[in-house]
Amino acid sequence: MREISLHLMDIIDNSITANATLIELYIKIDTNKNKIVITIKDNGKGIDKEMLKNITDPFVTSRTTRKVGLGLSLFQSTCQRCNGDLKVDSEVGVGTVVTADMEFENIDRPPLGKIEETIVSVLLTPSIDFYYKHTFNEKEFEFDTREVKRILETDDLNSPEILIWIRDYIKENLMELMGGASL
Amino acid sequence: MKSIQELEEIRKRTLDRVNQRTDRTTTRIVVGMATCGIAAGARPVLLAIMEEVEKLGLSDVTVAQTGCIGLCKMEPIVEVIRPGEKKVTYVKMDADKARRIVNEHVVGGKVVDEYTLHIVQGKMLNDYKVEKE
Repeated sequence: MREISLHLMDIIDNSITANATLIELYIKIDTNKNKIVITIKDNGKGIDKEMLKNITDPFVTSRTTRKVGLGLSLFQSTCQRCNGDLKVDSEVGVGTVVTADMEFENIDRPPLGKIEETIVSVLLTPSIDFYYKHTFNEKEFEFDTREVKRILETDDLNSPEILIWIRDYIKENLMELMGGASL
Repeated sequence: MKSIQELEEIRKRTLDRVNQRTDRTTTRIVVGMATCGIAAGARPVLLAIMEEVEKLGLSDVTVAQTGCIGLCKMEPIVEVIRPGEKKVTYVKMDADKARRIVNEHVVGGKVVDEYTLHIVQGKMLNDYKVEKE
């Protein structure tokens, strides 16, 4: 994938398939430690221990239409290329946590890309709540659909006007946070 | 810069529309967004559709995403389902083609033939010209 945000979209789609109602995304960049750590946490149905052992194997998948699942293995190889790794923790009935880390300054690290577009496309799924926290050194940005729904007094965010606003809101705040740089 | 308070204004503007929408028969535009679709460029297609729907102020259109449609080599795939009509599958989409579909098919009701999936001699293709010859 050309952007980290595209990998994220792919991983988050697994959470949606697992019937998650709350998805949390944490992106933490520490330039002093030269690290970027990404955590995706959901409250979906979880993965059993047997499956979890080989979860990043491309030939392990829960889908029934065919025997290949590439999402996690693609993202893992991206992480490993950047001297990091990807780990999956899960408990049946509780949820799943995917943690990915990479060197921040690494020639092979894809750009973060359009995180805001990833989030907006996730919000097309009805009744999903999304929490996003972006940390860049000591600065933070938070976005929570539960707050948005409270202000809008609706549970339905799937209207182009709302989604385009959310996209621009996240984009502008991230630009501000990262000092205008596209990282 | 945008602040979260602006949502109040959107609420006032869209509340009526959102409420009305529940039992209306709406056109659905569905974009395939599995690993295959994402890698082929489905996200810019989805965003282009969303922007066009917003720009044209279409309130009776629902934009949705789905998983793998099962035809990965033809991704990005967009399906348009107008109420009372058969589903139309568009293949190898990009942002410009998607905007055209919103204008000509969703608004105008005319299927954009050259972007649809074609079956030519038992093979699934997107080549409109082959079929015409």
